[in-house]
Order: sequence, then C-alpha cells, then structure tokens
Amino acid sequence: MTTRTATELITVTSTRRRRTQGRYGWMLSALTWIVALLTVFPFIWMIITAFKSEVDAVTLPPKLFFEPTLEQFQTAFANNFLPFFQNSITSSVVSVVLVMVLALPAAYALSIRPIRAWRDVMFFLLSTRMLPIAGAIIPIYLISNWLGLLDQTVLLIIMYTAMNLPLAVWLIRSFMVEIPKEILEAARVDGANFYQELWRIVWPMVAPGLAATALLCFIFSWNEFFLARSLTSVQAQTVPLYLVGFISTQGLFLAKLSAASLLATLPVVLAGLLAQKQLVRGLSLGAIK
Amino acid sequence: MKVALPLYPTMIVVLLVSQLPFLLTLWYSLNDWNLATSQDGPEFIGLANYAEIFTEPEFLQAAGNTAIMTVGAVLISFIVGLLLALLVNREFRGRGVVRTLLIIPFLVLPAATALLWKNTMLGTTYGIVNWVIGLVGIPPVDWLGQHPMLSVIIILSWQWSPFFMLILLAGLQSEDPSIIEAAKVDGARSFDRFRYLTWRHLRPYSELSVVLGSIYIIQTFDAVYLAAQGSATTNLPYYLYQRAFRGLEIGQASAMAVIVLIATLIIASIGLRVASNLLKSTEGRAS
Repeated sequence: MTTRTATELITVTSTRRRRTQGRYGWMLSALTWIVALLTVFPFIWMIITAFKSEVDAVTLPPKLFFEPTLEQFQTAFANNFLPFFQNSITSSVVSVVLVMVLALPAAYALSIRPIRAWRDVMFFLLSTRMLPIAGAIIPIYLISNWLGLLDQTVLLIIMYTAMNLPLAVWLIRSFMVEIPKEILEAARVDGANFYQELWRIVWPMVAPGLAATALLCFIFSWNEFFLARSLTSVQAQTVPLYLVGFISTQGLFLAKLSAASLLATLPVVLAGLLAQKQLVRGLSLGAIK
Repeated sequence: MKVALPLYPTMIVVLLVSQLPFLLTLWYSLNDWNLATSQDGPEFIGLANYAEIFTEPEFLQAAGNTAIMTVGAVLISFIVGLLLALLVNREFRGRGVVRTLLIIPFLVLPAATALLWKNTMLGTTYGIVNWVIGLVGIPPVDWLGQHPMLSVIIILSWQWSPFFMLILLAGLQSEDPSIIEAAKVDGARSFDRFRYLTWRHLRPYSELSVVLGSIYIIQTFDAVYLAAQGSATTNLPYYLYQRAFRGLEIGQASAMAVIVLIATLIIASIGLRVASNLLKSTEGRAS
C-alpha cells in the first residue's frame, strides 16, 4: 500500500518536472550549449586560425570567412616538426608498453592474489605519484649526466614509465577487483596455474580497462613538459619543446603558432576522446567508477 | 599461494627512479655545492642552505606566488567545474556532444594552451579578449604585462576546470534520484535541495577533486615558463628550475625542492586519507 502511494507520487512529480522543464528547461539547455561553446572556443579558434594566412589571422574584427590555406602546416613541417613528433611518439608509446608490462603483474599481486601488505604497497605507490617531480629533478639530472643518458629518448622513456606506473597499478587493480570471484575460483578448481589464470581469464576481462589505462598514460607522457625541458637539449626533444623553439625562431605568428599547436595537440585529443568513458576513473586513480 | 614476485619489477623501478632521487635531494640540500664554482664537489654545511633561502626575498615571493596561484586556480576551477557538472547533469539534447566538448581543454597540450592563451586570447593588440571587451567600450588591457598572475590563473583554470567537472559529475550521477524526488514532494526549494542533499552527497568527491587538483596545480611549470615569465608569477618549481639549471646552485635548489616536497606532502597526506576511505569502499575481495 505504502509503496504504491510512493510510486504514484513519483509519477506525479516526474510529470510535473517534465512540465517545468518544458518551460524553463530549454533556457537552461541553451545556456549549457552557450557555456560549452565558449569554453571550447580557444580550441576551436586554434583550429580556424591554423588554416588562415598570417594576414587574416590578425585582422580585427576576427574573420570567420576566409580562404583556407595549408601554408602554415607546410611551414611547420619544413621547420623540422617530424623529428620532435617521432621523439614524442617513441617516448610515449614505449613507456606505455613498459608501464603495462610492469603494472599488470603488480596489480595482480595486489588484487587477485593479494600479498599481505597490499594496502601498504598501494599507498606507497600513491605517495610517489603525489610527490612533485621538481623535488627529484636535480639528482635525476646529475645521475643521467653521469650515466651519459642526457638528451637521449631512452631517459625520457625511463622517466615516463616511472611517472605513470603508480597510476597504472591503481587503475588496473580497480578493474581486476571487479572480476567475479566465482570465475577465478572455477578456474583454480580446474587446475589453472598462475600464467594460465593471468592470460586466459584475467587478461581478457580487464582488456578494455587496460586500453583506457594505456591511453591515459599516453596522454600524460605526451603532454609532459618539465622533464623534457630539463633533461633534453637537442636530439631527444619532444613536441612541447618544438612549440617553444618554433616561437623563438619564427617569431610571433598567430597562424603558424596555431597550426603547430594543432599538430602537437591532435594525437592527445584523439586519445582522450577515445578514452573518454574511463577518463574519470583514471583521473581519480580508480576510485570513481 | 600468495606471490610477491610479480610486484618486484614495479617496486624496483619506482624505488630507483622516483624514491632514490628524493633521498639524494635531501642529502644535497645539506651541502654547499655550486657546479660552476665548487671544484671539489659538495661540502657538508648542515641546515645553512635552509637558513639562507628563508632570508631570500625571491624565494619567499616564489613561495607566496605558488600559494596564490594554486589556491586561485583550484578555487576557480572548482566553482566552474561544479557549475558545468550541474549543467550537463540534466537531460537535454546533445548532452553527449557537450560533455565531449567540455573535456577538450584538459586534453590540449599544456604548452600549446599557454602559448595560445598568451597570444591569441590575451594578446594586447590581436587578442580576442581585448577585442570583445572593446565592443562594450572597455580599452584594451595588457593582460600578461599588467596582470600576469591573473592571466596565469585564467589559463590554469581553463585547463583544469574539466578535471573538476568530471569528478564532480561522477558524484552527481551517483546520487539517488528518489531522495531528491522525495524532497521535492516535501516542497523543498531547489536551492535547499542542493544545499542540504546534493552538496553533502558531493562532499567526498569535492575533497578528492580539490586534493588531486592542488597536487597537480602546485607543480605548474609550463604556464609560467611559456606564458608569463617574471617575478610576479615565478612559482617554486620555476624558481627551483632557474636556480638549478641557470645558477647551477645544486645545494640551494635542493633545499627549495625539499620545501616544495614538504608542502606537497602536507596536501598529499590529506589526499591519502581521502583515498583510504575510497579504497575501503572499493575493497571487494581483496581484504
């Protein structure tokens, strides 16, 4: 009886809400669209400006209709964009692969067959993620110099691997914890050993989560600036440093800057949009589903 | 069988690459060591570096700048992020597209963000912002020259608002809609519903976003280095970079690094407590 009244009430109120949404709702929806477009405007403006000529780029009031040109992209490529791009791809992709290879077994030992001190290990990893990299840069620089690793892509690979490992372990563990207990027990009853369990059961079940983790680590490595600035000088420089160099050699040209920025940003925006559904989870270290 | 073996490679990498350097930083900070002038390497001087940097006006200003920048950007990003989350939590046409659009600022290469805002948005002559305020008769403003700190905070807020929005939106979506409905039936006004129900429900999410956001924003380097170099915006990471790589003052720069570490550790310890609550709720079988 009581439940029925409650259901009835909710039906009544939800029709009422639909009515009020009809009256004010469209205004809020329009407002939301306007706010969203304003927020993303600098990005959209970068795309538009990238296809302008330099003259059109500085015309005021801003030109919305103009003759698009690929000239700025040609300048960017002529200005040696590709080596930087390759360095970014190599350091990001290789470090992501290493992170996954290291994090997968570690997450396993922290969730599916947890060691006794799993909680301590988790917090230890998290605390390293929270420490500012500026606090470690001097010894890292001196040791790398001593080992002859400065300005080498391999150094960035090592640094990005260590930087993303704690995040990846936290995230992958959160996916593993969700595997139903019964499936693992059934496999163990059937006599599956450690590797069979890992590769036949755990791996396929966490694969989508791993993909999202990999994309997130890729984004963080690609966007990283402080380590790249401090540890490379000429041959291992990555895309963010290309932009810096571009500004100092080409001067301030808005269209060229926009084209170069678009090229530099595109891989990460694509990766981010692909990983969109898992973005919250990654950013909250697996705490929020 | 409980094996720790799969854990070793990860632990070794983390210990070697991210723990050892912090210990070395601590050790360097107790030494007098300038790469340009000290021929025979470091010389132990105890806490003298700390005594020195704390009497240095530039260091104190950098510490103050770091606090203003972090608090300012976190506060604005949180408020904007909350408003955005509330807006996109409603049902409306194109919600998916709008959410996607709102995430983009967080993904854009931070170096590109800093340069584009500096030149195309906040530029004095050709900047869009000055053109827009010019339409209503406000004279152009030299944003980065006259208001460098505000400019950096604007840039950081643009970049970080989506981060706060995503976490707060997850919080809003985990709220039980029937409680809100019940409150509506009882005649609670929408502001009261927000204040007494939603806001309280959001609390752990707010804490998480503020703690994580602070830890990231306190480390800001790109925006200062690329958009607004100068004493008004020099924060600790940038000042440390200057001292270490331009001044080659290893000892003093290390002492500053230790100060940054302590400040971050204080925030992080709060963060760890928040995380520990969240870990309890996602513990599952592992306990």
